[in-house]
Amino acid sequence: MDYLRPRTWQDAVALKTENPAAVPINGGTDLMVEIKFAGRRPACLLDLSHLQVLKGWRKSNGTVELGAGVTYTDVLEHLGGDLPALAIASRTVGSPQIRNRGTIAGNLATASPAGDAHPPLLATGATVRVESMRGVRDVPVGRFFTGPKQNVLEPDELIRAVLVPAARGPQQFSKVGTRNAMVIAVVSFALAFDIPSRHVGTGIGSAAPTPIEAADATAYLEQELDRGGYWEEHRDLPAGTVDGFAERVAAAARPINDVRGPAGYRVHALRVMARRTLRWAWSALETDGTHAH
Amino acid sequence: MLIELIVNGRRRTAENVRAGESLLYVLREHLGLRGSKDACEQGECGSCSVYLNGDLVCACLVSAGQADGAEVVTVEGLSDGESLHPIQQAYVSEGAVQCGFCTPGLIVATHCLLDASSDPSDEEIREALAGNLCRCTGYEKIVSAVRLAATETAAG
Repeated sequence: MDYLRPRTWQDAVALKTENPAAVPINGGTDLMVEIKFAGRRPACLLDLSHLQVLKGWRKSNGTVELGAGVTYTDVLEHLGGDLPALAIASRTVGSPQIRNRGTIAGNLATASPAGDAHPPLLATGATVRVESMRGVRDVPVGRFFTGPKQNVLEPDELIRAVLVPAARGPQQFSKVGTRNAMVIAVVSFALAFDIPSRHVGTGIGSAAPTPIEAADATAYLEQELDRGGYWEEHRDLPAGTVDGFAERVAAAARPINDVRGPAGYRVHALRVMARRTLRWAWSALETDGTHAH
Repeated sequence: MLIELIVNGRRRTAENVRAGESLLYVLREHLGLRGSKDACEQGECGSCSVYLNGDLVCACLVSAGQADGAEVVTVEGLSDGESLHPIQQAYVSEGAVQCGFCTPGLIVATHCLLDASSDPSDEEIREALAGNLCRCTGYEKIVSAVRLAATETAAG
């Protein structure tokens, strides 16, 4: 196994073109397990963890740009205001030790259907900024995943940043697991209201070959909120609307039976989580009047 | 490859390190620091918890190359020579050690917690130690030890 340690981002991009089989490593929380535990033997490691330029974030024009080195700890400690769903999800990742190393970009690169960052990134309409010697392209996160642990990255490409719209309304995230810490999601769900555009976003984890949105559910909820004048006046939502949304979220799932849980349980849990997150998020609106974080 | 790092304040080098090796392996097998324990090798148990450039991490998930040039503090770096650190003493006093395999990682994680929060609530203690598994005593005595250590540290 070779080891490459680029000094600059430009060097990293050039090295990935020269060594397309090189596997990027940053937090190592997935890759080191694969090497030590699953016997994966990459020909070459491309170490991105020393690139300071990847570790920062900045907000401009209502979007937070997370460098590829931004960790879960960074998000939950500093970005809870602008990225509430991602911060709640980050808080549920592993343990302090894992959160200090694991990165949002690494979660995308691993592309597990159970990745905790994915539902919030889907619900908020985030974009993955990918770079190679051929140039930069922005991939909407909804088109980033192509299968279990597969994504659209070409062999010469690296994730440079993740662009997440700053919240303009309440957001929620919920995850089911066997304990509070150190669990892979049995199923997870994120919900994001964008009040000015009257848009609802959703993301489902661990209930399909990739993380998915619940498009029918969001269309239904948007329509119900329009029809009842709820965007203007944040009254109590009718139980029928909440249930209708939850049913459509559950219907979007295509789960499997596996060691973490049976498919039927996942669908049931998803229905409950959709109902709860909608009530939590909506009550924040009712309290706040405009939008709450 | 050759890596150079600062461990517990001393500059150390390790030769013939393979790229896929972990910082944990370097510490234990190249540098002879066997306080950090090698248990799960997948970041689940926290027995190899160390500080890497000031952050609490699992040494098993840091590749050796990533530790090149880094500053590492292990459990060996917390005690003052032969005299126990107050956190170590608290674990002894409260009977929070049985087989002892998880203890070094718990000591480092406790150190990290008390560094950030001198009087943590039970919830904060359990959250801070959520990545450290003990299979012997259960966690009551460990939580008591952290409380005692917090008191001792505040008094000292």
